[in-house]
Amino acid sequence: MEIDKIDRIIDKHQSESSSLIQILLDIQSENHWLPKEALERVGEKLQVPSSRIQHIATFYKAFSLVPKGRHEVHICVGTACHVRGATQVLDIVQDLTGIKPGETDLDLKFSLETVNCLGCCALGPVMEIDGKTHGKMAPAKTAEVLKNYE
Amino acid sequence: MSEILLQIDGNEVKTTEGMTVLEAAQSAGIFIPTLCHHEKLEPFGGCRICIVEVEDRGWTKLVVSCVYLVEENLVVRTRSEKIDRIRKTIIELLMAHAPDSPQLQVLAKEYGAEKDRFEKEASFCIHCGLCVRYCAEVKKKNAIGFVDRGIKKEISFIPEIAIKECNDCKECFPLCPTSYLQAAFVLTEALAIPQPSTEPASEK
Amino acid sequence: MNKAKIMSQLKTPAELEEFRKGILLKRDPNKPCITLCSGSACHATGSGEVAVSIEEELEKQGLSAEVDIRRTGCHGFCERGPIIVIYPEEICYLQITPEDVPEIVSQTIKEKKVIDRLLCTDPSVSEKIIHESEIPFYKHQERLVFGSNGSIDPKSIDDYLAIGGYSALSKSLSEMSAEQVIEEVKKSNLRGRGGGGFPAGSKWEGSRNAPEEIKYVIVNADEGDPGAYMDRALLEGNPHAILEGLTIGAYAIGAHEGYIYVRQEYPLAVENVNIAIMKAEEYGLLGKNILDSGFDFKVIVHQGAGAFVCGESTALMTALEGRVGEPRPKYVRSNIKGLWERPSVLNNVETWANVPLIINKGAEWFAQIGTEGSKGTKIFSLVGKINNTGLVEVPMGMTLHDIIYKIGGGIPGGKKFKAVQTGGPSGGCLPEEHLGLQVGFDELTKAGSMMGSGGMIILDEDTCMVDVARYFIAFLTDESCGKCVPCREGLRQMLKILTNITEGKGKEGDIELLEVLSETAMEASLCALGKSAPNPFLSTLRYFRDEYEAHIKEKRCPALYCKELVAYYIDPGKCKACGICAKKCPAEAIDGAKKMIHIIDQEKCTKCGTCFEVCPTKFGALTKISGEPVPPPVPEEERIIIRKSKKK
Repeated sequence: MEIDKIDRIIDKHQSESSSLIQILLDIQSENHWLPKEALERVGEKLQVPSSRIQHIATFYKAFSLVPKGRHEVHICVGTACHVRGATQVLDIVQDLTGIKPGETDLDLKFSLETVNCLGCCALGPVMEIDGKTHGKMAPAKTAEVLKNYE
Repeated sequence: MSEILLQIDGNEVKTTEGMTVLEAAQSAGIFIPTLCHHEKLEPFGGCRICIVEVEDRGWTKLVVSCVYLVEENLVVRTRSEKIDRIRKTIIELLMAHAPDSPQLQVLAKEYGAEKDRFEKEASFCIHCGLCVRYCAEVKKKNAIGFVDRGIKKEISFIPEIAIKECNDCKECFPLCPTSYLQAAFVLTEALAIPQPSTEPASEK
Repeated sequence: MNKAKIMSQLKTPAELEEFRKGILLKRDPNKPCITLCSGSACHATGSGEVAVSIEEELEKQGLSAEVDIRRTGCHGFCERGPIIVIYPEEICYLQITPEDVPEIVSQTIKEKKVIDRLLCTDPSVSEKIIHESEIPFYKHQERLVFGSNGSIDPKSIDDYLAIGGYSALSKSLSEMSAEQVIEEVKKSNLRGRGGGGFPAGSKWEGSRNAPEEIKYVIVNADEGDPGAYMDRALLEGNPHAILEGLTIGAYAIGAHEGYIYVRQEYPLAVENVNIAIMKAEEYGLLGKNILDSGFDFKVIVHQGAGAFVCGESTALMTALEGRVGEPRPKYVRSNIKGLWERPSVLNNVETWANVPLIINKGAEWFAQIGTEGSKGTKIFSLVGKINNTGLVEVPMGMTLHDIIYKIGGGIPGGKKFKAVQTGGPSGGCLPEEHLGLQVGFDELTKAGSMMGSGGMIILDEDTCMVDVARYFIAFLTDESCGKCVPCREGLRQMLKILTNITEGKGKEGDIELLEVLSETAMEASLCALGKSAPNPFLSTLRYFRDEYEAHIKEKRCPALYCKELVAYYIDPGKCKACGICAKKCPAEAIDGAKKMIHIIDQEKCTKCGTCFEVCPTKFGALTKISGEPVPPPVPEEERIIIRKSKKK
């Protein structure tokens, strides 16, 4: 990610160290991950030690320190989806993609994450791919949905 | 700073406003066990082993003495059945990580803790945070920090800073109750310094 | 199309009222208006496409000028979305698709005829249900806070003004002193809706009296309890109500800066609240010298970054300071020393949304609703194994039974109710014998659960209660900040033990060890996350101990849920060799052919449950077995299905 893009985001938040998390969220949103250079630049401009940035970047699950796949698959494992069978949906997604939550496959096709409630409980179990919500998932139906993604 | 009078284990203790219960106890020669406390560092309140019972306006509650500030007429008990039971469990939980730590072994003897009550964990680190906090607050180098959270939390050196600063310092090494810190440093050093290549140079 | 006028600020209460009158004069209450629920869940079921097709159809039929469309926030009846309500008649149609739209426009809009097939049907009601308020789901609710969602477009400040918005702020600033505002909130007995239930008025008073110059008000919109999405619907659907309440609170304690901390998983809420702030500033209802009162106030939005622990008030404040969300000890209350060590009043979204109502209608009115200890209403997210999934608002004091059966419509699929889980990971499960309990801050706690922020998850006979305990502990081991031993290490070990129990590896002494770990976490943890973490385990142990013992002693899961303890088995007496299960089995573990009873190879079976899902209901040949060995496979000769020939 180019340095001036990063600088622009930092300036938007007046280089305030209390806006550190907001700045990283903006970088994550634009770049889909946080490259090391970006973190170093942020630390430099905000006068914040790398150890603090390192902790923040790993503590908060919104951030990824590695590139993500073309399709981000989020499986809701909130309580309502859980009791409606989200575990079975997650299992089959893991089987079919070969990756576990937090991982990206080697072709950079799918990135898998579990999320704790998307607020669509009436549609549970819910799977969100690239921001599109797929409701009332079950093992067989899940396999069908995944087939549609290149 | 006004003077405060409180009672610890039946003893009257005179101290000043702004002191913690732990400091007050120590000043009166009353022992309360600690693991994450260090007089050069800000109180952390992570290990919870310094918990004590305080009576405040008729209510009894458990508080961590390294953080709780003294109050006038506070009644403090540093040992009780409940306190001992909780301390014993804390020690046993930590011994799942570092059963050979000398500090933990001493505590285990005092509280009757069983070394093997819990299945062993892979990492020795007990997250007292002394290394991270010492480097940040005293040395102000921030060569080591925490990563992640919950059961995945770990300590991690910043390689670029560590290879520059640590060899001439190592003041945090004796603070580590489990020697995990030294192991982590050796690993960081090994990974950060490029090894000489063993491949033959390619021929054109 | 109206050209956007440059809005000049509303500088006095009188100007505000003039402007409001102007809006109302321009609005004809008899003009047809189609309101379409556009909350996140309805959006996911296609309300966006419905909206587009309504616009297109109106255009096609030349009605664009005569019919208003309003995209509103969540209506609450999420099970039956997308929902539209047509005014002025209040005709409510459910589960609308773009294909229904032409008929709706021709029949209902033009001819004023009701389309029966799109109406709500409810087995308990024999007559046609035309109006939204007659639907049993809504009839038993008291939607004082949430009801406005159906009348306003959250992106429009004029809509909010049209329903009386900002009149409470005007009243507070021009007719009441800060102390009087606090008195009113104290008299109302408003208690925090985020789970803590702390009296809001006392909290405000503490901050007001603190000697510091700079103070803060904070909205906790980090709704982290899985299965709870009330705050999301409120913030998405009616952001101005929260802003108004927040501004009143700021005036009361003397704060000039407010923060709204929203989870980043709620992008629509972030968007709508930012638009609301911008509009309020444009109108002079935020900023300097609001309505000529001399009071300045600005609001800043911060997004969360994916950490449940940041919903804890001190951790939230630490996150606002740009640090990791580690809670701080609460020995000094945060309304005295909070954000940046300054007096900070933090309240939940729903708490703030109640404030304008209390100011407008009075504390006495508010205190008449609810029970002695719990005044007002509460919004619950009724989810899980329930027919009418959605968001419901009821007066405190309504029984769990009424919420689940009268509003929720009971358990789907003819299954038996088992337990209701409330309070999220800090709460517990209550069985059938406690359905008579009243919702509120105190009764549920006595029975071993708590009301919490409003998540209400219904569990049925197919739910394993040991797994529920394991689920919550697993959630918390990941979300724990990791600073203190009782939570980090205690939950680590509890998770191991509970997982072992669900996998058939439980042993004598496990329950006692879990109880010891529970005590340590409850007594010695740094924050409420750790202190309340054992609740789901303790409550399931209290009411469903037999399930724990079955798992440990008999290696049996009574609910037939735990994968390691369950085997899938095809009943030879029922299998008709349709072949669907074998085709769909991802592990190719089913052996069979035409007219041959199918058999599952237990070695290959991954227990994914696909066969169970796809076996046609009319055959029902797939069963689950637990606690006893799987019957040996039927011998080859007996596998051939002979169809009885029809004798004439």
